[in-house]
Amino acid sequence: MNFSLTPEQEMLRDAAADALSRVDTIAAARDALTGDPLPDLWPTARRAGWTGLLVSEDSGGAGLDPFDAMLVMEQCGRRLASAGLLGHLAATMILSRTEHRVLDALASGEQRAAVVWDDGPQPDVPGADWLVTREGLYASDQVVVEPITRCDASRPLGHVRVDGATPEPLDGDFDHAWHVTQALLAAEELGVTEAVLELSVAYAKERHTFGRPIGSYQAIKQQIVEILRHAGTTRSLCFYAGYAAEAQPDELALAANAARFAAEEAAEYGSRTCIAVHGGIGATWEHDAHLYWRRAQLSRLLLGGVAQAGECVAEEIIARAQASVV
Amino acid sequence: MNLDDTPNQAEFRARAREWLEAHRDESPPPARGLHVEDPAPYRSWQGKLAKAGLVGVMWPAEYGGGGLGPSEEMIAAQEISRAGCAQIVDHIAIGELGPTIIACGTPEQKQRHVGPMLYGDEGWCQLFSEPAAGSDLAGITSRARETDSGWVLNGQKVWTTLAQFADFGLLLARTDPDLPKHKGLTMFIVPMDAPGVTVRPLRLMSGSAPFSEIFFDDVELAPDSVVGGVDAGWSVSITTLMYERLMALSAFEFMAPAPEALLQPLVGTEALNDGHVRRQIAELTVERLGLRYTAYRALSDLEGGRMPGPEAGLGKIGVVEAGRKAAALIAEALGPDALQGEYGELAAEMPGMRSAGGTEEILRNTVGERVLGLPREPRVDKDVPFSELAHA
Repeated sequence: MNFSLTPEQEMLRDAAADALSRVDTIAAARDALTGDPLPDLWPTARRAGWTGLLVSEDSGGAGLDPFDAMLVMEQCGRRLASAGLLGHLAATMILSRTEHRVLDALASGEQRAAVVWDDGPQPDVPGADWLVTREGLYASDQVVVEPITRCDASRPLGHVRVDGATPEPLDGDFDHAWHVTQALLAAEELGVTEAVLELSVAYAKERHTFGRPIGSYQAIKQQIVEILRHAGTTRSLCFYAGYAAEAQPDELALAANAARFAAEEAAEYGSRTCIAVHGGIGATWEHDAHLYWRRAQLSRLLLGGVAQAGECVAEEIIARAQASVV
Repeated sequence: MNLDDTPNQAEFRARAREWLEAHRDESPPPARGLHVEDPAPYRSWQGKLAKAGLVGVMWPAEYGGGGLGPSEEMIAAQEISRAGCAQIVDHIAIGELGPTIIACGTPEQKQRHVGPMLYGDEGWCQLFSEPAAGSDLAGITSRARETDSGWVLNGQKVWTTLAQFADFGLLLARTDPDLPKHKGLTMFIVPMDAPGVTVRPLRLMSGSAPFSEIFFDDVELAPDSVVGGVDAGWSVSITTLMYERLMALSAFEFMAPAPEALLQPLVGTEALNDGHVRRQIAELTVERLGLRYTAYRALSDLEGGRMPGPEAGLGKIGVVEAGRKAAALIAEALGPDALQGEYGELAAEMPGMRSAGGTEEILRNTVGERVLGLPREPRVDKDVPFSELAHA
């Protein structure tokens, strides 16, 4: 059994943290709420080789596994950094089946892609050169992309209108890419949960009331440990999802959606508890806590949301229960 | 990442499977949890399993164990379950008490006790908790006084598993009340048939009596019954609790049945089409799977030579939460009938389970302080002689 990170994976994670630390993405998340543009992290993603992370080496990518991409997404979530990867990585997975001609440009990051999964707001569609849909592939000039902001401005989001354009037919494994997307979102939310845990711990050590640090009070301490417990469950299920994507395809739906479900609940609980631990100041515009809370509020509704992830988990486990009736 | 056996583990698994295939008929029916009406058939089965190398897998080879790691311990448990055979009931002895004696006992104690314990010839129980000292274990008041011929023990223990079937107990007692609470404690081996030992089953809210309370009235102990030195009992108890944590990791397979097994009573019912029920099933499944893969991560750390931190203990909260959710879900789906029988029992066990092996609150405090580095609460009992504390 080896259920821990390899040295290469630790390096990938640390390099991602380092690369993302050069821009103050947290401040940018706040400024974006009042209309400032988000910092462009695409050059960072290109330099780091993330754009071709899930593309085979033959097609110009790094040929890594979804779990490796999850490690990068976790670091993005931690810093509320949006590098356009959620949509792009899924698109490259779908286009990989046929080694599509645009894959080279996508792997190198010369061009960007995103997936339109449903009628709701879609992550990473603004700025994408290619839009992958179940109907087929559209070039960005065939469609109208309307950028929108919903609660959390740190995540580029948009509606896509097709208006009768004809897509190029595609043969891709959408279901697989959908489940991997759930796992990527889970990893991102794990990063959010880790970040609010750190904020909460630091403040509970530093802030004093009645002559003691507030972290010494059980009422505060136990709430923070509950964030840790949620984070631990999420991390374990992210490992499970990464493992399933790599080695147990039959378990991917269960694993990825369980990870997503746990991750959204963790980020929601963690971000609201972080505000509470900070007292009134945690609910101010200047404080970072609400930026994570916004991320968690929106994330849990996107791409099927926590509801559909839960439904998928239920469906998978009920099928197993029915199959194992004696 | 992989969950595969190493070549050595695969060989161990194959040998276990082969032996179990050949001997499965000798097993008593699998018991639920650690509590049985009569442990005799389980202990004789344990003896056979031990000779086959499937008990005490983590014990050093010189004491009859396998000299292997927690993953092999888990493999043995998996194969025993897979064969439909009974797990041993003396988990606490094999997982905690034997390893404690091996780590802290005298050569004579090891020579005398660990063999019969391993083969199920002698049963053991753990005598730590008291009516007024559970989470605050160092606050125990059972008192052992030194005499010319050894020690005399007085006091009461409680929450003791398998006490009524135990030949010996590992007991923590106060030997010097004038020292601060953690310092004046000593660990003893107590023969349970000694005059003055009274075992009384303690009936719980579920109606069953899985634990006992034990009274010690002027029980005489030999000088060589001390384990790990006089007034050094706290560090011995820490050793036991560390093994308990380790055992919990490889025992998660029985503590937390797979979610699909928990759902069995709902299969074929309309409830499975209900959106609210399905959401609860998802929550329960996520909690259970989280537990399983957290254990795998911890086992993997152990294999890599890293000791899992106290946060692994948070798994107990997940076990209780998932148990409570499962019972509630089944009751809600099937109605009042489900409150009788197996799932009613499960429901009635969970509120008390919150306090088993340390309350959830003390567990969270420990993790908050040791893992997150949060400041401790002010301690009024620190460095104060135990005899001067309010409750002593």
